[in-house]
Amino acid sequence: MRFFSWRKMIGLMMAMMFCLVAAACSDGSASETDSESAENEISITYRSGGGTNKGLTDWLNEEVIPQFEEEHPDVNVKLAPLEVNEGDYFAKVSLLLQSENTAPDIVTEDTFMVNSDASAGYLEPLDERIEGWDEWDSITENVKNGVIAQDGKIYGVPYNTDSRGLWYNKELLEQAGVEVPWEPKSWDDILAAATAVKENLPDDVVPLWMNSGKATGEATSMQTFQMLLYGTDDPLYDHESQKWIVESDGLLDSFKFIDTVYEQDLGPELSQVLNGQGGTVAYQQLMPQGKLAIGLDGIWQTGNWHEDGAAPWPEAFDTLGFAAMPTQNGEAPGTTSMSGGWALSIPAKSNSKDLAWEFIKLASTKENNLKLQLKDGNLTPREDVAQEPEYLEMEMFEEASSFLENTHFRPAVDKYPNVSTVIQTLVENVVSDKITPEEAVEQYKQEVTEIVGEDLVTSK
Amino acid sequence: MRADVQTQRNQIGSSSIGKKKKDPTALRSVLFLLPSWILLLIFFIGPILLTFYFSFTNLALTGTQAQNIEFVGFQNFVSMFEDPTFRISVMKTIVFLFLSAIVGQQILGFLLAILMKEKNPTFRRLIGIIVIAGWVTPEIVVAFCWVAFLNDNGTLNMILNAIGLESITWLYTFPMISVCIANIWHGTAFSMMVFQASLDDVPKTIEEAATIDGASRLQVLIRIILPMVKGSIVTNMILVTLQTLGVFTLIFTMTGGGPGTSTQTLPIFMYNQAFVNYQLGYGTAISLVLLVIGIIASLFYIRSMKVKI
Repeated sequence: MRFFSWRKMIGLMMAMMFCLVAAACSDGSASETDSESAENEISITYRSGGGTNKGLTDWLNEEVIPQFEEEHPDVNVKLAPLEVNEGDYFAKVSLLLQSENTAPDIVTEDTFMVNSDASAGYLEPLDERIEGWDEWDSITENVKNGVIAQDGKIYGVPYNTDSRGLWYNKELLEQAGVEVPWEPKSWDDILAAATAVKENLPDDVVPLWMNSGKATGEATSMQTFQMLLYGTDDPLYDHESQKWIVESDGLLDSFKFIDTVYEQDLGPELSQVLNGQGGTVAYQQLMPQGKLAIGLDGIWQTGNWHEDGAAPWPEAFDTLGFAAMPTQNGEAPGTTSMSGGWALSIPAKSNSKDLAWEFIKLASTKENNLKLQLKDGNLTPREDVAQEPEYLEMEMFEEASSFLENTHFRPAVDKYPNVSTVIQTLVENVVSDKITPEEAVEQYKQEVTEIVGEDLVTSK
Repeated sequence: MRADVQTQRNQIGSSSIGKKKKDPTALRSVLFLLPSWILLLIFFIGPILLTFYFSFTNLALTGTQAQNIEFVGFQNFVSMFEDPTFRISVMKTIVFLFLSAIVGQQILGFLLAILMKEKNPTFRRLIGIIVIAGWVTPEIVVAFCWVAFLNDNGTLNMILNAIGLESITWLYTFPMISVCIANIWHGTAFSMMVFQASLDDVPKTIEEAATIDGASRLQVLIRIILPMVKGSIVTNMILVTLQTLGVFTLIFTMTGGGPGTSTQTLPIFMYNQAFVNYQLGYGTAISLVLLVIGIIASLFYIRSMKVKI
């Protein structure tokens, strides 16, 4: 017993601890050997969780990965999804791409982040690779603009695009006495319909859902604020003078509209809408349960309701309509929309760029892209897929494609992501009554000026 | 064993002063201490210096500035003090600190300790376990418990509904009160234990003497007990303040700093600037300010109570 003295025991334990710590610290060298053995592994990072990107995941697992592994039997494709809310996804990706040890080989980039991640040196330019790839020409011109950074180089291959409009429940609007098919001509028409729903239907029916919180990130900025703003005469950014418009009637009116919706109790409970999972609650729960009358959101929501979607709802396409978002007072051209989209990019610190490029090429073929849209419910960036009968027959795609006529793209300039987060914060502050719309415009001016510099802002 | 350490300490002391240069044990001591010095340097001093440096740059998470870091002088601090949200965050931090740390944890902890003083050991143990349960629960679990209790379909609203009252969206109607209560529930045990230990040290004879001289219970508390535990009060105040200043997980999980700016304390503001608005440089500058606030608060306590730490 003397042999196992306490002192020796403690010494032994400390030695073991030291070994453990040493092993943990030597992660760098360990993973180097790892990556050598994993030369034949490529990883793909995208956002998941709560039914997000279910179509994309299924498409990768069932279609692209089996095809790729058949062509490259010695390569293993690993999915590395990030289960975070939309706002956190971009920050987490930026962190992952900073180091060789953490960078995946393919990353899905929202096109609004491409420019800024490319300027940061996180992404690999694809120009040389694209030169020898004739499929690039099939991609719609204006969608391509989303993946070209300010240095003029291409940093990703778009795999979808989208448009936004007003989802509405025909039955609920009819019960409320609103004529269907509903074709609102101005913002007032939207408020009128929502008010009718509020007055004539039970209290648990939400009249109008717009993403309004910081936690819903870019959705708040694009699906709500910019859908309104681009229906006024004042855009976010003046492309001619290359300046941000930080003071305009359009800004004020957009904040005022959002404020009115919540002032008049036409929106959902703040506890629901300010939550990161707000969109999921609205389109996977409330809408199918007949508890949401109107929702301002994108075409991809149909992906939820397909047979293999996150919230299968076969009657969705008989029950719902998809109306174009009107301009503020019906000014020409009468309707407006916003379009974005996602792209497959190769991180600059990936260690199997060639394989990654092979994978992207395979994923972007006509057949595979069509399969993705059928599963995921987004619009295609490829002109040839858009002509396919199978694609044209998809529910609501006719409406969604028609919105593209008057659609707008977010300013693809440095600092857009920062300006966007300012918008998100201000929208949340307005809906939670922390500030008035007038104060919101004032703060917008101040904060955007701070971010982009005084010589890059203008008033209207 | 203790003697060994003592002699070793003396040797280190003397070797650092520079006498007895040829002491053979000096080198050995240095060698033994070297690993911990190196670790401290890499993992403690290094990051602190880096934080100082980054807070004077425009370092960003993405965009051109992620590649070209520029030294911007005091720009981050200037814009911080011009930023209305920063002022709001400072106010929210002070409110959170005052309600949850000073009023909540300190006073409640002291009350619990004094009420339990010299009570039946079984009773003390029972209450102790209940209070300490909140303290040993990890912060994230505490946050989830309180979200489950306070959210729209949570336990509290179910109880209210059962007795015929309407639901209240606690986390949105009373966000600051909600996070304060959660933090008090989580942290009170710490103060209670500190006070219990120091109250047990107050000699019974002095109290008895005071009582015989005709002092009331309240007078004994204010004139005898409080002055005698002043040191622990200040120490505890400093510890609890520093702990509360840094609370992030609890608030972030429960309210995300919202709705709007209602619970946006400085750590949340810092996170938003660094990881939501991608301005890492600005974020680190805010963390420096947070550190300064902590130091000022500690000095204030020490000075106002006139104790020596």
